[in-house]
Amino acid sequence: MADPQCRPGNASHEQIHLTAVDEFLAWGKEHSLFYLLFATACCGIELMQAGGPRYDIDRLGMIPRATPRQADLMIVAGTITHKMAERVKLLWDQMTEPRWVVSMGSCANSGGPFSKWSYSVLNGIDKYVPVDVYIPGCPPRPEALIDGVMALRERVRLYRTTGQRTKTPHVVAGIEPAFGAHHEKPEQKT
Amino acid sequence: MTALAAEPVAARMRQRTPSIEARTTENGQPFLFVAPADLVLLLTLLRDDEDLRFDALMDLTAYDLLKYPAKAPSDAICAVWLLWSHVHRHELMVQTHAARSDCRLPTTSGVWPAAIYFEREVFDLYGVHFDGHPDLRRIMCPQDWVGHPLRKDYVYPATYHGVSHLRDGQHFESQPAREAR
Repeated sequence: MADPQCRPGNASHEQIHLTAVDEFLAWGKEHSLFYLLFATACCGIELMQAGGPRYDIDRLGMIPRATPRQADLMIVAGTITHKMAERVKLLWDQMTEPRWVVSMGSCANSGGPFSKWSYSVLNGIDKYVPVDVYIPGCPPRPEALIDGVMALRERVRLYRTTGQRTKTPHVVAGIEPAFGAHHEKPEQKT
Repeated sequence: MTALAAEPVAARMRQRTPSIEARTTENGQPFLFVAPADLVLLLTLLRDDEDLRFDALMDLTAYDLLKYPAKAPSDAICAVWLLWSHVHRHELMVQTHAARSDCRLPTTSGVWPAAIYFEREVFDLYGVHFDGHPDLRRIMCPQDWVGHPLRKDYVYPATYHGVSHLRDGQHFESQPAREAR
């Protein structure tokens, strides 16, 4: 008794989808990477901007969580000192498996501008927690962050299929700033 | 906001605090220099004097004279108090010094409670021990940090809690990496 008004795909017998339960749950994990609301420096501003209306990271299913116990992903955005690094490790310890770490910006990658002249800044958060994706930039644009998240989703998908975590971290390539309709192109100096 | 001329204030206070001197910084800013023994009395007088009324401590900081041997007193840590009067809208700088080896100064947290945090910061970064401070702990560095980082003879640590500070093959630009403490 097909209803002629009903659109294709909306009929009840067309809405059943057969899949394995774990695959279905992993699909959910991949598309709902809740991240820990945590930032230490100016990269945090770009992280907030990525959550703003123009880039709108929520559309990727990424919703900030205020506690590490509800988070799948930790975005280390900003300068990490030795004092802070132990707290980062504590937060990472509180996250449940599978947990993912994105190192955002030069400071979290390698100490950045503080790498050679600072007594207190840790040169890279990967000395404390395993990093899955590195995003270079000082700070990275939100496009770069989204690119890193897409790379991370690829890893989550691989983890679903094989149960193995990729050991080699992913490095997001440098992104040229886009001068679209909303961006004023700077004048070329002759 | 006007910086008060230091000489009239020094002349006014000299009877009570004889070690007071009116000096000028290299860029022409007047300040009062006083021996540590007279420090708390001078600051209390500056706070309570009707014509001065320095009711706010804007900043308390320090600097190290190790790299400037020509400037007296050499080999000393100088502490700086920046005072502000809400009543008369003028400001004044007071300096004193402490020997590097036995770096002690009297606390001024009894004069302005705001000095509690400032003195913790100066203690943390310059190693000045403020006698009589209610809670003299480090405020920025971790509690088990070794050394006082803003001293000019500070040696950068190579590791902290067993975690190496630098990437492989990297070294500090200002000084060679030392062994782990």
